Amino acid sequence: MSDTLIQVRNLWKIYDIGDVHVEALRDVSLDIAAGQFVAIMGASGSGKSTLMNILGCLDRPTRGTYLLGGVDVSRLSSDERASIRNQQLGFVFQSFNLLPRTSAIENVELPLFYGDVPLAEQRQRARDALATVGLAGREHHLPSQLSGGQQQRVAIARALVNRPSLLLADEPTGNLDTQTSGEILDIFRRLNRERRLTVVLVTHEPDLAAYADRTVTFRDGRIVSDVSQTATPSPHTGAQHTDVNLP
Amino acid sequence: MKLFRMTLRTALRALRRNKLRSALTMLGIIIGVAAVIAMVSVGQGADAAVQEQIRSLGTDLLMVIPGATTAAGVRSGWGGVSTLTAADAVAISKECPAVGEITYFRRQVLQIVYGDQNWSTVIQGATPSYPKVRDWAVSAGSFFTQRDEESANRVAVLGQTVVTSLFGHGQDPLDAIVRIKNVPFRIIGVLEAKGQTAWGQDQDDVVVIPFSTAVRRVFGTEFVGTVDMIHATAVASDQLDEAAEQIRVLLRQRHRISSNEEDDFTVRSLNDMARASQTASQVMTNLLLSVASISLLVGGIGIMNILLVSVTERTREIGIRMAVGAKNRHILLQFLVEATTLSMVGGLAGAILGVAVANLISYFASWPTLLSPPAVAGAFLFSGAVGVFFGFYPARKAARLDPITALRYE
Repeated sequence: MSDTLIQVRNLWKIYDIGDVHVEALRDVSLDIAAGQFVAIMGASGSGKSTLMNILGCLDRPTRGTYLLGGVDVSRLSSDERASIRNQQLGFVFQSFNLLPRTSAIENVELPLFYGDVPLAEQRQRARDALATVGLAGREHHLPSQLSGGQQQRVAIARALVNRPSLLLADEPTGNLDTQTSGEILDIFRRLNRERRLTVVLVTHEPDLAAYADRTVTFRDGRIVSDVSQTATPSPHTGAQHTDVNLP
Repeated sequence: MKLFRMTLRTALRALRRNKLRSALTMLGIIIGVAAVIAMVSVGQGADAAVQEQIRSLGTDLLMVIPGATTAAGVRSGWGGVSTLTAADAVAISKECPAVGEITYFRRQVLQIVYGDQNWSTVIQGATPSYPKVRDWAVSAGSFFTQRDEESANRVAVLGQTVVTSLFGHGQDPLDAIVRIKNVPFRIIGVLEAKGQTAWGQDQDDVVVIPFSTAVRRVFGTEFVGTVDMIHATAVASDQLDEAAEQIRVLLRQRHRISSNEEDDFTVRSLNDMARASQTASQVMTNLLLSVASISLLVGGIGIMNILLVSVTERTREIGIRMAVGAKNRHILLQFLVEATTLSMVGGLAGAILGVAVANLISYFASWPTLLSPPAVAGAFLFSGAVGVFFGFYPARKAARLDPITALRYE
């Protein structure tokens, strides 16, 4: 039986911009166990990005609770959420979001800078993280000197360097070709298996979702399906937490 | 400390990325600080020069000047028909306890002849206490004595200008015989050079002879007994005002001036003049300083402007930093350090430029300048404060960005 890392209960996110009233998330409840690899699918505007922002402590829900490792993070102040992002979370974005004109290793060091890690240790940990994603020897390349796949691997190294418990990837292969996408997903799966890193991946493509243990599908702010794949061998033998299980 | 060092490194890198822009932004501060320092140097230099000239007249000196007489409704200004007498001067030295030394004199512009040379100069008949009261030493020979005064000896002491006008190079004026109004005088001393007064008069263009000799043998019988001016010192420099008041009271008594009449003399202190000129130059310095400060202010606005542009340009970078765990204060600090670095580096360059400009001004325009370290330090620190002040708004704007919006910013 694995521990529950994420416990989301009755989550609502409502945007009121002028006359427009948008319910981005409607009463979403979801549990994710530590060490799970979950894909979140859905069309644009289905609420999956909103959920990612909340899971990533970038945004706060309008109603409902979000427990991360047993702590209710949905009501924390912006500085406290910054600490959580720094210590427990790693982000991988569609557009890489590396600092331009800043070397790969300095990009990777960035979270450590805000995490009060000693200078000497910063460099070593950043080097190790780059080696993990197969970029040893490219520490001093600038993002503009790297291919899209390499840039995304720098971003993954940056997400890993603070040893997070949760990796959030928002369409990480949206800007990459199929072969490179496969390589990136392989890295995620390897990290998930070897380090028991919990991965939540937002994607459009069913092919990529197939790498995950479980696929949660959103439509109109609600979860419409939650399927555990048996096709992909999972390292977990415990029961899967599922709220809805449609064929 | 580590955070600060890292932030400083980040700021420097950001500023280096836009070298031209950073340099232009700094230019405002550079000009402002340089202007402040140069202006203060010029102002203080002028002030010091005026003070020095006033001091050269003698320290703690009171001048009693005749004048402001009312004769049948006609008022003459000071320095007109003399209302002061030698007896007044003697009375002052005897009856005013706060007065130390006094001297009095009459002067006339006359020709002095030596051999085939002649020169028109101020002939001053004064008492032997003259050098002491005027704080004016004799550089060669000696000044005349009380004995010379009592027996109306024909001896003279020359100012430097008269010496150079009458005597050739290497000629010793001591013991030479000169003639003033055909009366022969033996030169017994030379006064040391004193330079110009604050109003540009050459103080060294003078011949001093005993008062009695001047009155009896040179000046003629007009206004016998009157003097052109009385100079007095106070027993101590903090009793100058007291001495002036005692002189005033005594002279009013002696001149039988009733309480509703004006004084027929004026007591002026060099301190008053020093103070007046100091006030004038202070006003000038403040005026220059405020103009210079405005350019520093404009420089600060330039920093704010460029920082606002920078925050907008780097919205996405701010979003990335927030996503990986930067707190609001980290972002605030980063931009504040950038602003302060701009203004402090500009301030330093401006200080160097200001010192250079001040030196150039005194070199080419021959204006005296006085570099004041507090002004340099003040301008530098003020430029830092300008950076913090004008950097705060853009920095706060950056720190308050919403991470999600910032990350999506194109």
